[in-house]
Amino acid sequence: MSKRVALEGSFAAAEAARMADVDVIAAYPITPQSHIIERLADFVANGELHAAYMPVESEHSAMSACWGASGAGARTFTATASQGFFLMHEVLYFVSGMRLPVVMTVANRAVGPPTNIWGDYSDAMTARDTGWIQLFAANNQEIFDFVLSGFRFGEDPDVLLPVMVHLDGFTLSHVVEPVVLPEQEEVDSFLPKYHHPYAYDPDRPMSYGIVMNPDTYAEVKKAQDVSLRESKEVIVRVWKEFGDKFGRYYSPIDGYRTEGARTLLMSTGCLSETAKVAIDRKRDQGEDVGLLTLHLWRPFPFEELYEAVKDADTLIVFDRAISLGGPGGPIISEIKSALFDKRRDIKFAGLVGGLCGRNLTVEQFEEIVDRGREIAERGSSQVLETIGIRG
Amino acid sequence: MAEKKAKSILKPDWQDCRFGNIFTEAGSSRHYRTGDWRSDRPVVDKEKCNKCGLCWLYCPDSAMKTLEDGYYEPDLFYCKGCGICAKVCARKAIAMIEEGA
Repeated sequence: MSKRVALEGSFAAAEAARMADVDVIAAYPITPQSHIIERLADFVANGELHAAYMPVESEHSAMSACWGASGAGARTFTATASQGFFLMHEVLYFVSGMRLPVVMTVANRAVGPPTNIWGDYSDAMTARDTGWIQLFAANNQEIFDFVLSGFRFGEDPDVLLPVMVHLDGFTLSHVVEPVVLPEQEEVDSFLPKYHHPYAYDPDRPMSYGIVMNPDTYAEVKKAQDVSLRESKEVIVRVWKEFGDKFGRYYSPIDGYRTEGARTLLMSTGCLSETAKVAIDRKRDQGEDVGLLTLHLWRPFPFEELYEAVKDADTLIVFDRAISLGGPGGPIISEIKSALFDKRRDIKFAGLVGGLCGRNLTVEQFEEIVDRGREIAERGSSQVLETIGIRG
Repeated sequence: MAEKKAKSILKPDWQDCRFGNIFTEAGSSRHYRTGDWRSDRPVVDKEKCNKCGLCWLYCPDSAMKTLEDGYYEPDLFYCKGCGICAKVCARKAIAMIEEGA
């Protein structure tokens, strides 16, 4: 029998790792991620979780230790944010390239300067091409569910890739929401033991992480790209099974009140919850607007996007990060690119806001829809359109 | 057979590279011809060599073979031509000769 409890997002992440019975946690604290790994340290100290807890000296070491642990066949978890996320950046590529299903939560936080601790996706977006499966959670229940299901599809023998669960710093990590926790037996029947076909074993020596030259590197990278793309089928299948078992269904792009909507707003993470209220108001006023919440960022859900926008003529994308000197927000640029060959008739607008934890109200999301429609209709002289930025 | 195996390891198609950064066969680097990196080739002068074995000891790629008569000879399949053997040879018995010259 599952139980409904009040948990902040950090504790939801820690509970998921505990119930997944992780073997190794290697992490270094950074605001706003610290509660996640502090909670796990409590679990280990109290005997509620039998795991090796490695309080390493940096995030680079944290991810390096995760690499070794996962390679040795241990179910491995870590968490970080912002500058710490950057310090582990080069190791992210090794973990994905070595096909190791480490699961990591990132309590998203703006990157300095200016020095700060508040939430946006300027950390997450730099990891776009690291080869990790990447999910954005919009509430604390999704944090729990994505971490738990992340172990399942990351460790799937047909996938074997690391999984990054992005959660908004403070607005999810430190906010208490109701979360349904399953029974341990239910989790155990959903999540089999982790087995890596090439786990390190002194009795079965192999060569790992070998040097590759111009004549072989490209074949390995192509294979990695194909594997990451094909993982989407497994993710969708696992989420179906997860829904059948736990009653909560997820898809790479979740629609909200999209029936008959000619205009669609796309958002990510917890601000999608605020956007839902704005969509409700617009619908009550008779406007044909719906919301798309992007859950799966990598592998990019092309087919789901085509399906989601098939009846729409206007797509407004809200980004919580700036691609400095580039095409506005990272998500709008990818959405445009993905639809270029399929739907040249769609009109686009991209707006950037909510940087560094700046609040966005329901009224501002209504404004995003209104201005977005205007920009989509008339075009804009500015590449970067913003919401809630003074001047 | 060994040739064929070496070829499949060294020139795989992308479909063979699912775990591309792992070679399941330990010691597979023996198949890897590093000799084609070489621009200069070590040549041993047996008149000067006293079989001391410094070249064998210092070679970073273990590419110095011991011959039955006790002399040493580079294995040109692996030798990268770094010249360390020539540098450490106390009798100056090893000359580095430019390939193709």
